Amino acid sequence: MGKAWTFEDNLNTDEIIPARYNITIDPKELAKFVFCEVKPDYPKLVVAGDVVVGGNNFGCGSSREHAPIAIKGSGAKCVIAPSFARIFFRNAINIGLPILECREAADEIKEGDEVDVDLKTGQIYNLTSGKNYQAKPLPDFVLKIAAAGGIVNFLKEHDIEDLV
Amino acid sequence: MGTLVEEIFSRKAGRQVSAGEIVMLDVDYIMSHDNTTPLAIKAFREIGKPVRFVDKIVIHFDHAYPAPNVQAAENQKKALAFIREQGIKNFFHQGVCHQVMIEEGFVTPGAVIIGGDSHTNTYGALGAFSTGFGSTEIGVAWSTGKAWFKVPATILIRLEGQTRPGIYSKDVMLMVAGMLGMDGGTYKSLEFAGSYIDALPVHARIVFANMSTEVGAKCGLIAPDQKTIDFLTNETKAQGPFELVKAVNPVYEKVITIDVSQIESQVACHPDVDNVKPLSAVAGMAIDQVFIGTCTNGRYEDLEIVASILKGKKVSPYTRTIITPASTVIYQKAMKNGLIDIFIEAGCTVNGVGCGACIGRHGGILAPGEKAFTTMNRNFIGRMGSAEAEIYLGSPAAAAATALEGKIADPRPYLEANHG
Repeated sequence: MGKAWTFEDNLNTDEIIPARYNITIDPKELAKFVFCEVKPDYPKLVVAGDVVVGGNNFGCGSSREHAPIAIKGSGAKCVIAPSFARIFFRNAINIGLPILECREAADEIKEGDEVDVDLKTGQIYNLTSGKNYQAKPLPDFVLKIAAAGGIVNFLKEHDIEDLV
Repeated sequence: MGTLVEEIFSRKAGRQVSAGEIVMLDVDYIMSHDNTTPLAIKAFREIGKPVRFVDKIVIHFDHAYPAPNVQAAENQKKALAFIREQGIKNFFHQGVCHQVMIEEGFVTPGAVIIGGDSHTNTYGALGAFSTGFGSTEIGVAWSTGKAWFKVPATILIRLEGQTRPGIYSKDVMLMVAGMLGMDGGTYKSLEFAGSYIDALPVHARIVFANMSTEVGAKCGLIAPDQKTIDFLTNETKAQGPFELVKAVNPVYEKVITIDVSQIESQVACHPDVDNVKPLSAVAGMAIDQVFIGTCTNGRYEDLEIVASILKGKKVSPYTRTIITPASTVIYQKAMKNGLIDIFIEAGCTVNGVGCGACIGRHGGILAPGEKAFTTMNRNFIGRMGSAEAEIYLGSPAAAAATALEGKIADPRPYLEANHG
């Protein structure tokens, strides 16, 4: 269970982590500046288990993996959004940051709501409003990567051809 | 059978594939740069398997090169040690990765290229499928030579007619971005076609593929034609014969037709690429920095247009005007043909090649409250330095006119009658 942090539509990778902080690849270091310009309180007050709730096209812009790494490094349990930008979607899966596509939940969850998420089933529980949601199921190959905790771990035990 | 992207993927897969399928493909080249290579090395080391095809790896130092600070220097030192350790021959520091990829001949019609940079889409202008990946997948591809793709559905964008003098492909693409919106092409392949594209020289076509990224597209493709082959033969090191891959009985998700004949100069205004207005709506806005360069509009022909406007004149003394040629090939040609002299005499700062000010880490950083007018592809908050600065995007001609006046200005009065 954690607190919801809500963000606008088309949140881009520069807003998630400005390029000038991408001088390190340490998740904890990056997490110190995650969302620092759009939500300066986030890096100061986020607690492990909190949930990031985005708008349409979350994570658009650069290919920088620093963006999902910074969010993961901040302790956020997952990102819920109506839709994700394509490179962010791939990157999040590859580095093991859980992402859930659910328009209704993203539209209705408010900043500060208490939210719990069952990543296995895609169930989202808003404990503040009492409303529950079901996120869009992820394709099989994505679940294989997620189950391994990211593509790197998957490849330690499998061949890439095992994905599809 | 299929759209251009389905045709390219089907050839690679050795079977007919169509939109919606997941395919695993051998990639031709795996590109990364100083910013994305360190994380790729980390992923590659963790996987613990050897490099599969060393000649497929292409690494560029362009984002912050030479290093502007100790951390960047350390990252480049590590990347260079990896390049030497693995015997990677395709290592360049001759300018913006996407321009150098084209010049060095890695880009050919029908090729499948992935890159650790969102503007890898650029090569679609030459009929290659190319798209941006995160670093981890670059490391994965180093060790496997492969990548998975969901075959995208295609939106056909037919651009018909010819633009008026003083209107460039950047103006047309900005208008398309404004129409589609920042998520209007998400996960899609955009195919640009029509009589406008047919007549357009290759350097100007590149703008469409390059900026397909800004509307979320997986790729932006233009079917190769005789112009493509002439360009590859005369201006790159690519080796023929080149295949004229084309769509065959394609089924498009959507077709958008635009008459380009009445388009005016366009500007993408702070803070989003789809916040596009006619230049006339923002003309007169005071500008602190003009930046001309990048993978979008830092080519020789762009610099030529800028020089034709700046020749014999002085830029506004209160507007920093920075010109960063996209590659050393472009820089040298500009030098030989007197363009650099024109820029220096006009009061511009000519920087070394690379991404320059576009990434906000060197070469022209903005202070809070400053406004920049640039030929870049992206105007996100904080991109060029302060989060309290504003970025406006336009054509090289508009940037040059703006530099002269110190405020956003219509380039047409400065252009000779024969310019188009």
